[in-house]
Amino acid sequence: MRHEHIEINSGLLILFIIMVVSIGGLVEIVPLFYINETVEKVEGVRPYTPLEQAGRDIYQREGCYLCHSQMIRPFRDEWLRYGHYSLAAESKYDHPFQWGSKRTGPDLARIGNKYSNQWHVQHLVAPRSVVPESIMPNYPWLLENDLDYENIEAHLRALRLAGVPYSSNAAEYERNIANYGEEVAGMLDIDLARQNIEIQARQFDYDGLPERITEMEALVAYLQSLGTMVDFTQYEEGHFVEFR
Amino acid sequence: MAQTAALSSEQYNYDIVRKFTIMSVIWAVVGMSAGLWAALQLAYPALNLDIPYVTFGRLRPVHTTLVIFGFGGSALFATSYYIVQRTCQARLAFPWLAEFTFWGWTAGVGLGALSYMAGMTQSREYAEFEWPLDIAITVVWVAYALVFIETLRRRSQPHIYVANWFYLAFILVTAILHIFNNLAIPVSLTKSYSLFSGVQDGMVQWWYGHNAVGFFLTAAFLGMMYYFVPKQAGRPVYSYRLSIIHFWALIFLYMWAGPHHLHWTALPDWVSTLGATFSIMLLLPSWGGMINGIMTLSGAWDKLRTDPIMLFLITSLSFYGMSTFEGPLMALKSVNALSHYTDWTIGHVHSGALGWVALVSFGAFYHLVPRLYGTRIHSIKLIYVHFWLASIGIVLYITAMWVAGIGQGLMLRGFDEYGNLAYTFIETVEFLHTPYVWRAIGGAFFVSGVLVMVYNFIMTILASRREEAALQAKLAAKMGGSQPVPGAGD
Repeated sequence: MRHEHIEINSGLLILFIIMVVSIGGLVEIVPLFYINETVEKVEGVRPYTPLEQAGRDIYQREGCYLCHSQMIRPFRDEWLRYGHYSLAAESKYDHPFQWGSKRTGPDLARIGNKYSNQWHVQHLVAPRSVVPESIMPNYPWLLENDLDYENIEAHLRALRLAGVPYSSNAAEYERNIANYGEEVAGMLDIDLARQNIEIQARQFDYDGLPERITEMEALVAYLQSLGTMVDFTQYEEGHFVEFR
Repeated sequence: MAQTAALSSEQYNYDIVRKFTIMSVIWAVVGMSAGLWAALQLAYPALNLDIPYVTFGRLRPVHTTLVIFGFGGSALFATSYYIVQRTCQARLAFPWLAEFTFWGWTAGVGLGALSYMAGMTQSREYAEFEWPLDIAITVVWVAYALVFIETLRRRSQPHIYVANWFYLAFILVTAILHIFNNLAIPVSLTKSYSLFSGVQDGMVQWWYGHNAVGFFLTAAFLGMMYYFVPKQAGRPVYSYRLSIIHFWALIFLYMWAGPHHLHWTALPDWVSTLGATFSIMLLLPSWGGMINGIMTLSGAWDKLRTDPIMLFLITSLSFYGMSTFEGPLMALKSVNALSHYTDWTIGHVHSGALGWVALVSFGAFYHLVPRLYGTRIHSIKLIYVHFWLASIGIVLYITAMWVAGIGQGLMLRGFDEYGNLAYTFIETVEFLHTPYVWRAIGGAFFVSGVLVMVYNFIMTILASRREEAALQAKLAAKMGGSQPVPGAGD
């Protein structure tokens, strides 16, 4: 067939273009949904609690992903700076993923439990008061705004539709008990979501304001959960290499 | 010349081209200024002003959206509507639908920017629009495809000109990418969650992200190049055969290159390796396009001395060649280990976006605007001024980003003699300050060049209005008393 046939027939040109451009995406993307080793089997990774998820929404809203990655690469300097390299399993409940593409600030994949709640609050309100050379913006409004969690059930329901195992009936609740234990399963119950936000906020008081639940409360709860779910001491060195 | 222009504007729909051209220039000013502000925020964080709507995290998507989709997108609408009519020798199909694409696209881009400032975002780079805007954009895009394809079908030439292949591929692929990358489950009008998660979501996003570069910012602008370079040079395209080969190779290979954005991440190695391999191969068709464009000028090189529009077009192709060499280099896993997450990536993007996309668009605009308004450009000298402001700006910008990116990359992987990390993270941030200042200076040069262009266009359009009025007056005078005085009799 001569190329001229395509040049004089717009339908044929359209058809060929679509065929040619489809191949790459099909080969690279579709298998990721079917090859089991793409996401490792690993203990401990659970969906976010409602408060953490609300904090994640704020993380997205403020565009944190534009300066902070959440993906530690398997290099010695990153190991020393941030910890064990990130596993695919650790972001399997992340809709959308927040791996990021730029580190104007440090990686946050394992920021959880590294600093106190108080430090985070101070740092988010006025970063230069704790790190003088920082170029991060101030986020004072996080402490001023009360968290809007009226619709948290709708958020969790949407995530459940996307495949995150929040429970909306007894069978799913039982499944969650089997997978994560009773305490976590209780936190993943959609009907109790609002209550669970209040319980977690009261218990940990992330924002240092016991009588209020601010946006800061949720964001710090989210940050403190990052990278803390997998207990790497359980696994032999090199265990995860085979999945890469 | 004024006469042929007048005839052409009756034969073709120039009104829609004028609208998109003007809007593109307006978005360029707003979007690049937002970029300059964001750049200054990184050098002087006080410029975040403690106002939520304009902190860096919200301003950066405003910048990227307004320049890619506002400036770049409108430039592509304008030029594709112009080129498809001229090369098919057919008037634009469905004029009301074309009109709808203008208002729809402009509203979509504008509302998108406002929605990011209000904190509504999917937080997917270059696809931050929330789902209602995504759907609106899809509708506009389908309308665009209908107008473009139907005009192609009404051509009075048997052959479809090469520029249109590129525009067609861009329209089709952008639709595919946009739809799959934005699959999401809505929570409310202003919030949704991506259908995919983690590693699959990352791969879909960068399949989109890289091909937004490949088709929105490359293939389509090659289409622009394939019309305006031969037209301005007054010579045919250098090699017809090369244009066929590099077209099919480019659109095939680009679609594989996305995973190089995810080297060394939790993405499986086999995908990452495929991405790197195809990225390296991509050098060939990219340079095929560059060579075909630059060599079109062979035998007429003197035009570079006499024609500032040619200077814009050929310089843009040189930057295209440079950034498509740098791209495969950065797609190598070993180089990427250093460059990823640093400002080298930002510099690379801007050598493509400022050097290639913006310069080729400016060249096209300088060619277009006088023809669209049936007059001559107000000042040739100011085109030179713009060219040098832009060139100095780009060089400052990318050099600053090389220093920032490579410098930070090397510092982060530095060890002292005891095997401890040589620098803390914050020490690298301190180091970035000076290059960030230089980058902002480069950006300021570039924006001021655009302002010079705006002035030149305003004066050109005003002159065309005056000429038009003078012509009308002359006609009226010739007609003598038979011409009724407006508003007097009937």
